[in-house]
Amino acid sequence: MNNLILLVPLLPFIGFLVNGLFRKSLSKTMTGVIGSGVILAAFAISIYLFLQVRSGGAIPTSVYFDFINIDKLNVQFAFQVDQLSSLFLLIITGIGFLIHLYSTAYMHEEKPEHFARYFAYLNLFVFSMLLLVMGANFVIMFIGWEGVGLCSYLLIGFWFKNTNYNYAAKKAFVMNRIGDLGFLLAIFWIIAKLGTSNYADVFASVKSFTPAELTGITMLLFVGAMGKSAQIPLYTWLPDAMAGPTPVSALIHAATMVTAGIYMIARSNIMYTIAPFTSHFVAIIGLATAIFAATIALKQNDIKKVLAYSTVSQLGYMFLGLGVGAYTGAVFHVMTHAFFKALLFLGAGSVIHAMHHEQDIRNMGGLKKYMPITHITFLLGCLAIAGVPPFSGFFSKDEILVGAYNENPLYYYIGLAGALMTAFYMFRLYALTFLGKFRGTHEQQHHLHESPSAITFPLIVLAILSVFGGLLGIPALFAENAHSLEKWLDPIFAGSHEYTTAHHLEHSTEWMMMGVSTLLIVVIIVFAWRSFSRKERFEENKGFGKVLENKWYVDELYDNIIVKPLNGLAGFFKDVFEKNIVDGAVNGVGRLVQYSSRQVRLLQNGQVGSYILVMVLSLIVIVLLFREQTVIVSALRKIF
Amino acid sequence: MIPVLLILIPLISGLISFFIKDVKAAKGWALLSSLVTFAISVAGIWIYNQPANLHYDAAWLPALGSRFTIGLDGMGQILCLLNAVAMPIIFVSTYRNMYQNPGAFYALMLLTQAGMMGVFLAYDCLLFYFFWELALIPAYFLCSQWGGEKRIAVTFKFFIYTFVGSLLMLIGILYLYYKTPDESFALKAFYNVVLTGNEQSFMFWLFFIAFAIKMPIFPFHTWQPDTYEQAPTAATMVLSGVMVKMGIFAVLRWLVPVFPAATEQFSQLIIILSIIGMLYASLIAIRQDDIKRLIAYSSIAHIGLMSAAIFAQEKTGLQGVMIQMFNHGINVIGLWIVADAIESKLGTRKFSQLGGLAQKAPVLAILFVVMALANVALPLTNAFVGEFLMFNGLFRYNIWMSAVAGISIILAAVYSLNMIQKIFFGETNALTEQATEARSNVQWMLAILAVVIIVLGVYPQPMLRLTEDTVNTILAAVK
Repeated sequence: MNNLILLVPLLPFIGFLVNGLFRKSLSKTMTGVIGSGVILAAFAISIYLFLQVRSGGAIPTSVYFDFINIDKLNVQFAFQVDQLSSLFLLIITGIGFLIHLYSTAYMHEEKPEHFARYFAYLNLFVFSMLLLVMGANFVIMFIGWEGVGLCSYLLIGFWFKNTNYNYAAKKAFVMNRIGDLGFLLAIFWIIAKLGTSNYADVFASVKSFTPAELTGITMLLFVGAMGKSAQIPLYTWLPDAMAGPTPVSALIHAATMVTAGIYMIARSNIMYTIAPFTSHFVAIIGLATAIFAATIALKQNDIKKVLAYSTVSQLGYMFLGLGVGAYTGAVFHVMTHAFFKALLFLGAGSVIHAMHHEQDIRNMGGLKKYMPITHITFLLGCLAIAGVPPFSGFFSKDEILVGAYNENPLYYYIGLAGALMTAFYMFRLYALTFLGKFRGTHEQQHHLHESPSAITFPLIVLAILSVFGGLLGIPALFAENAHSLEKWLDPIFAGSHEYTTAHHLEHSTEWMMMGVSTLLIVVIIVFAWRSFSRKERFEENKGFGKVLENKWYVDELYDNIIVKPLNGLAGFFKDVFEKNIVDGAVNGVGRLVQYSSRQVRLLQNGQVGSYILVMVLSLIVIVLLFREQTVIVSALRKIF
Repeated sequence: MIPVLLILIPLISGLISFFIKDVKAAKGWALLSSLVTFAISVAGIWIYNQPANLHYDAAWLPALGSRFTIGLDGMGQILCLLNAVAMPIIFVSTYRNMYQNPGAFYALMLLTQAGMMGVFLAYDCLLFYFFWELALIPAYFLCSQWGGEKRIAVTFKFFIYTFVGSLLMLIGILYLYYKTPDESFALKAFYNVVLTGNEQSFMFWLFFIAFAIKMPIFPFHTWQPDTYEQAPTAATMVLSGVMVKMGIFAVLRWLVPVFPAATEQFSQLIIILSIIGMLYASLIAIRQDDIKRLIAYSSIAHIGLMSAAIFAQEKTGLQGVMIQMFNHGINVIGLWIVADAIESKLGTRKFSQLGGLAQKAPVLAILFVVMALANVALPLTNAFVGEFLMFNGLFRYNIWMSAVAGISIILAAVYSLNMIQKIFFGETNALTEQATEARSNVQWMLAILAVVIIVLGVYPQPMLRLTEDTVNTILAAVK
């Protein structure tokens, strides 16, 4: 079993090596087969492991070797396949495979060498994400954690000739690193306290932490999650990460990377449950991000930007769920979001492909009749993300919102407002892209076509999942004991249940909440549909609209309060402080020595008489000073 | 016999090299010598690693009570291995570089190696001092004879700086010598010497300044960027890859265990100084426009962390320092190889004149990215293990200090990625348009380093084991 488990991350790694090392000699077909094949194989093993867990419970930790073993500190290279990680394995490798398959068509214009480089990076990305979720301790998680940061850097900057893309890539890496520092400090704290970072040991001894320690550790871990999962204030890298090829966006937003923060907190749920301060903080940050990002998405015109901000917003919902203790709901939303967000990004990619790299939705419109499959699947994705029953997003979002209501009704109302905005911007996007008349150039119109089957097949699969995925978590309201995901994840969250009292809303309240929110969402969808399906002219945004279009000027703010001052300080150090003060002092000492030696040199006037005088005087001084030191006296006696 | 050979082979082959006139013969001779040294060093770790083979003692200056006592403990093994690995890699990767009077150039390189070996091996303080100077003087000639335009002024500063340090240390050594009961320079005698509190503090600073200059620690670092910039690259690689470790090594062997009380007393001050240096050097690195100067400042930042971890006096941190001494050497040599390849091909080191090289030299780009990622201590590269352990040690010393010092890992990402981006990414310009792939000797050496980086990053445990005893000895002396 250990070897089989090891194969899951090893296969993508082998794919990375083969595609990376032989990128000049492999044909595109071979590259595609290897790159996608290893992920498919990993998916197959993941299914097997999932079934194993289903029949026999969590598989015992597989230990491979001692990574670092010093006295009390023992970090093992070990993997853990249990209910939570096996679920993530399916998402990562399953959706990962579809994205690989899609990429064989999407990236086909690249030269073979770059095509292979792309697949190598993609494989490495999956490998890192697998390490992240399979690790049996926080250090292995951190290895994968930084690994996905690296891969996002490499893939965002994939077209490395473009300087702006490089800046976006660097921004992603650096912002992630800020979060990583928090994560790292949390690990040190855990190790300092327990000497281990194994999940099993840490979670078993949570009670040995003082409340202050636990708050500190969970807050630091959350700083890491803010970076990786793009929460306020570390979210600005994710929208810029659009610079990468579109399937990469799908990978980052759905299968890998941004879900890491959710995974981390879900994994350490027990620590958060007994650290109420942090949990409140997580909920508030999540809610704020959900709303804030949604407002920005209202006014974006780049098809990928809208989707990017919607991801930031949806991640906010997941953190809201984690913060209010609706852990199952958060993981559920990770899963359904992975389905519909992968679908939407790949659909957007299909559109961009057909439009010859046009991304501005103001220049699209009417694509419905040219791209029927892309159109239908995209529409299903929009319905799912908007939370229309019975599509998948409805169930998972509802579960989070109900959890939020139990914690604080205000959370629910704000969350609902965000959900309405989601419905609005998604259907604005849909209507502008697919309905009405085509607004692009004639040349673009001439080339419009449905994408090849390597692109449409993943779309269809993902659409099916987006439609029916919600059935895994049917709320008790509809049928008792039909929430299979909750049962599945119960062993993971069982520890937390001890500390929480289960709230149960009156069924009538719950029906009403569900009815009202569904009604409002449908109204918003109809409104957006009607306003944007015949839109021909676009006025420039003014006032508040302009603020939203410019993303609340947060990038500019960061630039002015962090980047520029630091750069200025660095420049001051380099050009002024280092040159004049530090080195100046050194040179000053040097000059002082030179000066005094010049003075001393005057003594060397070449007159033997004065030399002898100085010598005798010196000897007298020496003898007087050291008259007890017999060595010197006897030496002098010998000389004279 | 192993330690004796480690010193004698580079020493004798270095002396012979002075008489070699032919370029190829000089290069071949130096390479041969360095490979033999490497083989012996490896043998000393994996085959002949019984204590009898690793220690040697003979009369040297009986009148003074100084003996020729040398030996290899875990720390010595790691550093001798670094010294032995570095030389062949340096010789091969700079094989195409032409020097006037090549026999003398390679002779001085080998003598430097011999001197550094002696430093890492000496168990007698006078012997240590002797080798310390033996390593310094050839390095000085290498810089002043084969360096860049400003070499004379810069090397003079380098020499005076380190020489002042050496003199302070000599005073300290002699004072301690008189304090030992039987007037001896032996390491054991130094460890047992009894000093008053004031004496300890005073002596501590005499030694510390010498070592701080060598490492270097802020604010004693200004000789370094200038020297690295002006020295011939082969010498720069030796200076930053290996010689810098003399300072760290000396702190661990001749400072901390000898003056435990003073170490305790001043550790906080030095840690703060080191952390300031880390952030200061990292910020300056962000604004550099010169590859060599960027690497120099980045190196100062990394050394600062090692210094902080030493004075945190915590086991995991010290283990991190041990492994990081080796790793830093490997990584920084890798960076220099790329810097040299670019400079010798395009005649510039300025970022503002570079760009787009990834299109022209993809292999060099990939290998450089590996080096740069090791420089940012990405997990599964060698430096992660060292930095993880050092930060961990620092964290146990003081949470806030490790958090502040941790900012340097963010800044490291900024300047390292800047470096990649400005050299390799973007569009080519008129100059870089003519660039071609790096020569195969450069590619091979970088590839070897890359493999070492990954292997040590994935499986560091054997190397950690190697130095465990040394760390325990140091901690025992302090407690």
